[in-house]
Amino acid sequence: MHLAYPAVLSALLFCTGLYGVLARRNAILILMSVELMLNAVNLNLVAFDVWLSKTAEETLHSGQALTLFTIAIAAAEIGIGLAIVLAVHRNRGTADIDRLRDTAEGHESQEGSAADGSDTDAPATGAAAEKAEATA
Amino acid sequence: MSLAEAPQGFLSPTGVEIAFLLVGLVTFGAALVTVTTRQLVHAALWLVVALGGLAVEYLLLTAEFIAWVQVLIYVGSVVVLLLFGLMLTKAPIGRSPDADSGNRWAALTVAVASAAALIWVVVDAFRATWIDLDGPAAGSTEVTGTSLFQNWVLPFEALSVLLLAALVGAIVLSRKAKTDSSSPPVNSRVATKSSPGITESHGNSLSSSSGRNGRTGRHEGNARNEQDGRGGRGGRDDRDGPAEQEGAR
Repeated sequence: MHLAYPAVLSALLFCTGLYGVLARRNAILILMSVELMLNAVNLNLVAFDVWLSKTAEETLHSGQALTLFTIAIAAAEIGIGLAIVLAVHRNRGTADIDRLRDTAEGHESQEGSAADGSDTDAPATGAAAEKAEATA
Repeated sequence: MSLAEAPQGFLSPTGVEIAFLLVGLVTFGAALVTVTTRQLVHAALWLVVALGGLAVEYLLLTAEFIAWVQVLIYVGSVVVLLLFGLMLTKAPIGRSPDADSGNRWAALTVAVASAAALIWVVVDAFRATWIDLDGPAAGSTEVTGTSLFQNWVLPFEALSVLLLAALVGAIVLSRKAKTDSSSPPVNSRVATKSSPGITESHGNSLSSSSGRNGRTGRHEGNARNEQDGRGGRGGRDDRDGPAEQEGAR
């Protein structure tokens, strides 16, 4: 098999995941795109390991071992990432990346309007709660 | 078919190459739908197709063990976790028009540019490189296990420590602190939402401390609403727990 086939497929999958990370707004969809990027890297590792294991005499199978490690680390990453997303959703009522701008500089006005806009049934942010008390 | 005896070419692809190409097209298409669809649950289901296609690609590259690990961990648990996350964050079932942010055209430009650069470099670099897939499998369970437990024992054990740390971290993150469960935003939110008329007619009794003892029937109903809201939140937090434990596992 030509080595360009898995390499090109891996590059295409990586760029698809890159587009997803940059363009998506929901945090869980961004995690899915990160999984796509990790899988593209895994495909590259496996393809090059198969190529080198037939070419070289003595090999450590480092590509496949690294692929297994990457899969395990990706599983840990998805668990921690989902825990963080759920904690943010519990406190803010949204999993929208564009609204989590508390540490951004120079966006105070937009952040205040976003806090008004995120008026769901979950508990609102501290600023919105203060406004609610003030109006009551 | 060794490298010396027969020259291979693009014009005469082997059966493995044709199968790889077809499965690769399916995988790439599923990945594209995953990052562009507006239905969030469909994105997770198309991700299953993409990851399963990658498992088939591993099989075609004679890496059997990686293929089964891919099926078990990615298709079996990671996608289930993502679906749990979508449900617990109350993702809409139908189309959600705000799935993509405003900078999608910039993202598309970056992705296409990087794809063009990567493919050009990769094709130019490995134009005359061939993988020899004949002979014993390069990634059978025996070969992978031997290399893993001869040469990679220490990283393997370190990985188990990492998984333990991830498990503990996920449990700590998904547990709710005791002080947060009776936090003021819950109470103030329920009071402002359900009783604008009450605050006008009984404004003094609500603001004063003695108003809590002399409550009318409507106030008791209001207090019951508060308790119900708090109980609902507690129930939802209990449901968070098992999903996160499964994820860490």
